Amino acid sequence: MTFINYAAREINCKLVYYGPGLCGKTTNLQYIYDKTNPGAKGKLISLATETERTLFFDFLPLELGTIRGFKTRFHLYTVPGQVFYDASRKLILKGADGIIFVADSQQARMEANSESLRNLTDNLKLQALDIRTIPYVLQLNKRDVPGAVPVDVMLKALRIKGEEYIEAIAPRGVGVFETLKAAARHVLISLKKTA
Amino acid sequence: MPLTDTVMYEEQLGQINTVLTRLRSEANSRAAFLIDRNGQQIAATGEDLDQVDATALASLTAGNVASTDAIAKLIGEKAFSALVHEGDKDNLHISLVNDRIILVILFDERSSLGLVRLRVRKASGDLVHIFEVLDQRHAAEIARGAVNSSPFSEITDDDIDSLFA
Repeated sequence: MTFINYAAREINCKLVYYGPGLCGKTTNLQYIYDKTNPGAKGKLISLATETERTLFFDFLPLELGTIRGFKTRFHLYTVPGQVFYDASRKLILKGADGIIFVADSQQARMEANSESLRNLTDNLKLQALDIRTIPYVLQLNKRDVPGAVPVDVMLKALRIKGEEYIEAIAPRGVGVFETLKAAARHVLISLKKTA
Repeated sequence: MPLTDTVMYEEQLGQINTVLTRLRSEANSRAAFLIDRNGQQIAATGEDLDQVDATALASLTAGNVASTDAIAKLIGEKAFSALVHEGDKDNLHISLVNDRIILVILFDERSSLGLVRLRVRKASGDLVHIFEVLDQRHAAEIARGAVNSSPFSEITDDDIDSLFA
């Protein structure tokens, strides 16, 4: 749910990184945080367990710049990937303007990817959102793991609507900003359509 | 754009700031914040505001309200309309203004929970009215096609590229 502040000439959008446990959602945010100019970012908030697994969400506010005289802010959230945190995931999807699905390229995680995607589809429905219409980008992360599942196989299993996909190695930043940019573009284009 | 989007116009923001400033003063509180349930800050007033990361406060409060709301439903309550967090020096009073807006009051020993509750109740009524007018205005602007002049209808690929230049 975009917040358009005509008084302050600001537009605020919410992007949610979704995906199975340990797929690299937090790593994406951490890389963006590390590489963003201090003036353009707020604090990176991580509500995590002692073992650094996301407990509730990570949050990073980013100011991307000005578009048509409006300051453009994106609030980036991750969900906890572990299956049993489903109640938390549902809450974080509330009001999402766009989704980035981070898939893990390891063969052993393909079933987890598919399960998480099904879970995303179901949880979006609960928020009256439709995965077929919400701005959505697929990131194929961990492309550097030995024996990474071929891209075409991953796309066949995980691509749902011909959406844009980006290959990534999040700890090294490969594909991280490209993914963010693609998602931001889709959200802004959706605003254009609905404005 | 769908009416579920939150918009804010100068006139209503001015009214909201007036209500928050009065509330802060009458409740003897340190600060007052108005945020939406998705964690976006709408307005804030108070002393030493630069000492508080208002963006993070808004996001975490929204998360807090969302999780408490889910807990309420688990035990068969519709919602918990107010939350209070007590610290050694500072306290937070968090309440729902309507189904989309959250009011947060930061107060210390110069005030009391009773006073904050009393003043919040009065201010919430004023805020509800402002948001009703805001929604009516937004709906009217959509109805008369005023949103055609929205800056976002003209966004180009170059505009978007420039954000990442």
